[in-house]
Amino acid sequence: MSNLLSLTTFIPLLGAAILALFLRGDDAAAQSNAKWVAFATTAFTFIVSLFILAGFDRSAIGFQMVEEREWIGGLTYKMGVDGISLVLVLLTTFIMPLVIGACWGVTNRVKEYMIAFLILETLMLGVFMALDLVLFYLFFEGQLIPMFLIIGIWGGKERIYAAFKFFLYTFLGSVLMLVAMMAIWVTTGTTDIAHLYMVSGMTPDQIAVYAAEIGRSAEEVARYQIASDPVNVLGLTIPGGLQTLFWLAFFASFAVKLPMWPVHTWLPDAHVQAPTAGSVVLASILLKMGGYGFVRFSLPMFPIASELIGPFMLWLGAIAIVYTSLVALVQENMKKLIAYSSVAHMGYVTIGVFAANQQGLDGAVFQMLSHGFVSGALFLIVGVIYDRIHTLDIDAYGGLVNRMPVYALVYMFFTMANLGLPGTSGFVGEFLTLVAVFKANTWVAFVAATGVILSASYALWLYRRIVLGDLIKESLRAITDMSRREKLIFAPLVAMTLLLGVWPSLAIDLISTTTTQLVSQVDSATSMAAAAGQMALN
Amino acid sequence: MMVSVILFAPLVGAIIGGFGWRIIGEQGAQWLTTGLLFLALVLSWVVFLGFDGNAYTVEIGRWIVSGELDTSWSIRIDRLSATMLVVVTSVSALVHLYSFGYMAHDDNFGDLPYKARFFAYLSFFTFAMLALVTADNILQLFFGWEGVGLASYLLIGFYFRKPSANAAAIKAFVVNRVGDFSFGLGIYALFLMTGSLTFDNIFAAASTLGGEEMRFLWRDWNAAEVIGFLLFIGAMGKSAQIFLHTWLPDAMEGPTPVSALIHAATMVTAGVFLMVRMSPVLEFAPHAKMFVVFIGATTAFMAATIGLVQNDIKRVIAYSTCSQLGYMFVAAGSGVYGAAMFHLFTHAFFKALLFLGAGSVIVAMHHEQDMRNYGGLRKKLPVTFWTMLVGTLAITGVGIPFTQIGFAGFLSKDAVIEGAFAGGGAYAFWMLVIAAAMTSFYSWRLMFMTFWGRQRGDAHAHDHAKESPLSMTVPLVVLAVGAAVAGMIWYGDFFGDVARVAGFFGAALPDGESVLEAAHHVPGWVKVSPFVAMVVGLLLAVWMYLIHTDVPAKLVAAGRPFYLFLLNKWYFDELYDWLFVRGANWVGRVLWKRGDGSAIDGTVNGISMGIVPFFTRVNARAQSGFLFTYAFAMVLGFALFLAWITLSGGAN
Repeated sequence: MSNLLSLTTFIPLLGAAILALFLRGDDAAAQSNAKWVAFATTAFTFIVSLFILAGFDRSAIGFQMVEEREWIGGLTYKMGVDGISLVLVLLTTFIMPLVIGACWGVTNRVKEYMIAFLILETLMLGVFMALDLVLFYLFFEGQLIPMFLIIGIWGGKERIYAAFKFFLYTFLGSVLMLVAMMAIWVTTGTTDIAHLYMVSGMTPDQIAVYAAEIGRSAEEVARYQIASDPVNVLGLTIPGGLQTLFWLAFFASFAVKLPMWPVHTWLPDAHVQAPTAGSVVLASILLKMGGYGFVRFSLPMFPIASELIGPFMLWLGAIAIVYTSLVALVQENMKKLIAYSSVAHMGYVTIGVFAANQQGLDGAVFQMLSHGFVSGALFLIVGVIYDRIHTLDIDAYGGLVNRMPVYALVYMFFTMANLGLPGTSGFVGEFLTLVAVFKANTWVAFVAATGVILSASYALWLYRRIVLGDLIKESLRAITDMSRREKLIFAPLVAMTLLLGVWPSLAIDLISTTTTQLVSQVDSATSMAAAAGQMALN
Repeated sequence: MMVSVILFAPLVGAIIGGFGWRIIGEQGAQWLTTGLLFLALVLSWVVFLGFDGNAYTVEIGRWIVSGELDTSWSIRIDRLSATMLVVVTSVSALVHLYSFGYMAHDDNFGDLPYKARFFAYLSFFTFAMLALVTADNILQLFFGWEGVGLASYLLIGFYFRKPSANAAAIKAFVVNRVGDFSFGLGIYALFLMTGSLTFDNIFAAASTLGGEEMRFLWRDWNAAEVIGFLLFIGAMGKSAQIFLHTWLPDAMEGPTPVSALIHAATMVTAGVFLMVRMSPVLEFAPHAKMFVVFIGATTAFMAATIGLVQNDIKRVIAYSTCSQLGYMFVAAGSGVYGAAMFHLFTHAFFKALLFLGAGSVIVAMHHEQDMRNYGGLRKKLPVTFWTMLVGTLAITGVGIPFTQIGFAGFLSKDAVIEGAFAGGGAYAFWMLVIAAAMTSFYSWRLMFMTFWGRQRGDAHAHDHAKESPLSMTVPLVVLAVGAAVAGMIWYGDFFGDVARVAGFFGAALPDGESVLEAAHHVPGWVKVSPFVAMVVGLLLAVWMYLIHTDVPAKLVAAGRPFYLFLLNKWYFDELYDWLFVRGANWVGRVLWKRGDGSAIDGTVNGISMGIVPFFTRVNARAQSGFLFTYAFAMVLGFALFLAWITLSGGAN
């Protein structure tokens, strides 16, 4: 099936179209139908995406299952996957049915809600598989709209403020990225991500070979390497030249998405106001686009700039971990606490990527995957009791274990995964990224590693305040344990978190097909630049 | 195969017992977990006694593999792990059995079932501990390390309705994490310098490490020293050494069998095990070893001083544990690793015995733990009394000087002290001797206050005090036998002549014969000094608690500030609470309100002050107005891009 990637991407959109066109009415039956259609669509998408996994060649370098065709106005529609995008695609298709399952209690404009999630899924899958800058930009920007609506319409009391904050931060970042994309096109003459991605570290000989492979002239392909000789801007000499400028423009977008300190403040607000399912998508998948951007664009296309700015990025990552963990310690709102914890965990992604060695990249991508399961589960855990008591205030809870033993168990499991207990997936990413950054800078490793103390503190403290103790609050007396539906939602998440914790090779083997190549490519680019004297200002 | 059964039997028990008890019943879960543990126990002794000195590894599967980093799940059997196998499974099996009686009735849970959960936790702990000791790479060791930490957390907080138990559980986990932070850095450093985390590779590279420099923080250091230091700080957390010891006394919030198994016999010795396991590297880190000796000796002394004045029976034993762990570290730091393992081995028996004995007393006294309310229990609890007496004789080190005849602690503690004199220096030696006197004093004080004298406290409790059931007394008797004879049986293997010790441990220990040899030839006064210290402590205790029972009160009155200093545990908790707990919260609040709130949001909102209200107003007028604007902007941008590309002749 040569259209497998497009098929996977657009099945959810098809489901959305079916809902929009054929589903009428807003009674209970229609609502139920809408949910089932959405669930069936996402489940089917997941099954189809497994065929991508089945057909993926673990020994091949570069992008696979590539689809390329002409599109409007001389543009190219190009999709493809490599090891990194594959795991994120699978994460997305895996999480979405669970997200739909978590919407079962919603009664307000159900059809539109389901449509929003289905469109969102298409756009997210598109982001991870697009191999053309224009296409990527469309998917990347497009998913702002459904997410904005999900927060703004189905969110909490302050939803408008949160939705706008979410929007403004991400939008402002994207504007710069758009400009940089145009500039890339002007300087290189291509918008093909695959080519830009592959050639950055190539020697002239390798370029000639590659050019022959793709049927273009060597001169043309040589242009795909983005220049890194210093340039003058307003009298300032910029080391790394165009690479640095482009890097910074992309960074503006990815840093907000990840989010990195200090542009993270939109996230806690967005989470608190978003409905449960919205939070899960946000935490599990949308945040991954920042990290994905770093490994898909920043590092491979602008290796020299990454090398120059990398040390600074390591510090931003370490600061994020410590800063947001400390802030998490004093939160009074469950979702805010978990949101800050989320930012801290994405800090490991940053340091892993910019440590730029094998363990770092494997760890960063693995951490994204693991965080997708664990933080998604944590927001679902909040949702379970929010559905019952309708407050996010930590003080409103306490002693839930007395009436909700299954809930307490599941929550304990994910608390442990969140604080990185070995044997859960949470450990692997943290460990690999820290190992990696220790090679690069022991100070950063030292600071970042304090995260293991802080995460234990806030996670256990939160658990204690919500779950442990005697159940004395009158409002909680009649609270019920998880329903069958809720258990079914958590079961796959528990299974994946445990499976990847005990047998991480399952994912790392896929990831490293790409990262091995990426590391050598970056090394080669930097050594060439060093030979040319461009790293002198480092 | 057999070793796989040893490792996984407790896990199977934990899983079936913990999740399947609704099907097999609480009784079924108890029998299943205990039965599987006894199976592991028998097989462990088979492995230990049949071990021929040749280490082997059973690989189970791959774990974290990334580039040159390659770790697996595996079981490594050598003398060290075989020894730990018998320690862990023996104490664990007996504690499982003991818990039948101890956990039979519990008022903390009302009608909630708790027994299956308790046994499942115990078995899970055992699995994690076994995974720790049988690891063939330091990452799996860390897995077990954290696994026992989780089990410890769950069991300390077993009475989840008690705020004090919940607080103690968190404290244990977080303080341990402080150690783990350093342990982690040690692992990263090992990987950086050796390119592997597997013990065989690390040991092969040990001498290279000793000769190499590595950058750590602000300067270059000797690699072996850095690694030794970092790993040892990890060990300090798990083994409750001074500065990171504060969690251990609080951990007594857990049920007493837990204290015996986890917080006395096995988990807390994991730090010592780590040091001995890493001894090939440690041999090249003389400064780190000195630090180990210093911390160990200081802890032995500090914990013993606090133990002198505590009134809660479990806390006395907890501080005693803390102190004895210090002994083990001194031995390890001095280079007499055999003595460290020896004391670890014998301590497991007599300390588990003392804790289980204390548990028996506590049950008999209706969960009263204050020794001031005990007294005269000798006749009412005969088995408990006699077995605890054996335990006390063992921990205080009763034996015949200059021979190898004595209770377990006599042989192992003397071995440690002789090793300390030979390889650890005068400070360590004198600290340990003084601590030995105090050990003797507080141990006998415990015995005298509990079993001698007149009945104090609640008369009702005393009237109903009766000996515990067989399931509790049998483990006591078994452990008492161990505490009596284990030292004499294994003295030669752990601390005998150099050739014998080398033969016993095989390649598991580095060649430390010079220190061991020197330890055998210490002067006579050194050999007899722990015995003298023991006698002094005993006589003081007899004088103060049997003959002139008014002396303690007078002493307290005379030296009140000093007494309070000890009673309040050197004020570590108060200091830490102020410095770290409040400190972190204060910083967190400032970062949140000032950092996120004023600085970041303030700036951003300041810039967009005109924008947000504007859009909000737009939004108020027409729900979709803003979105339309955005979509329009996006399409416009896209169209511009498109136009540009098209005008310039297409992307290709």
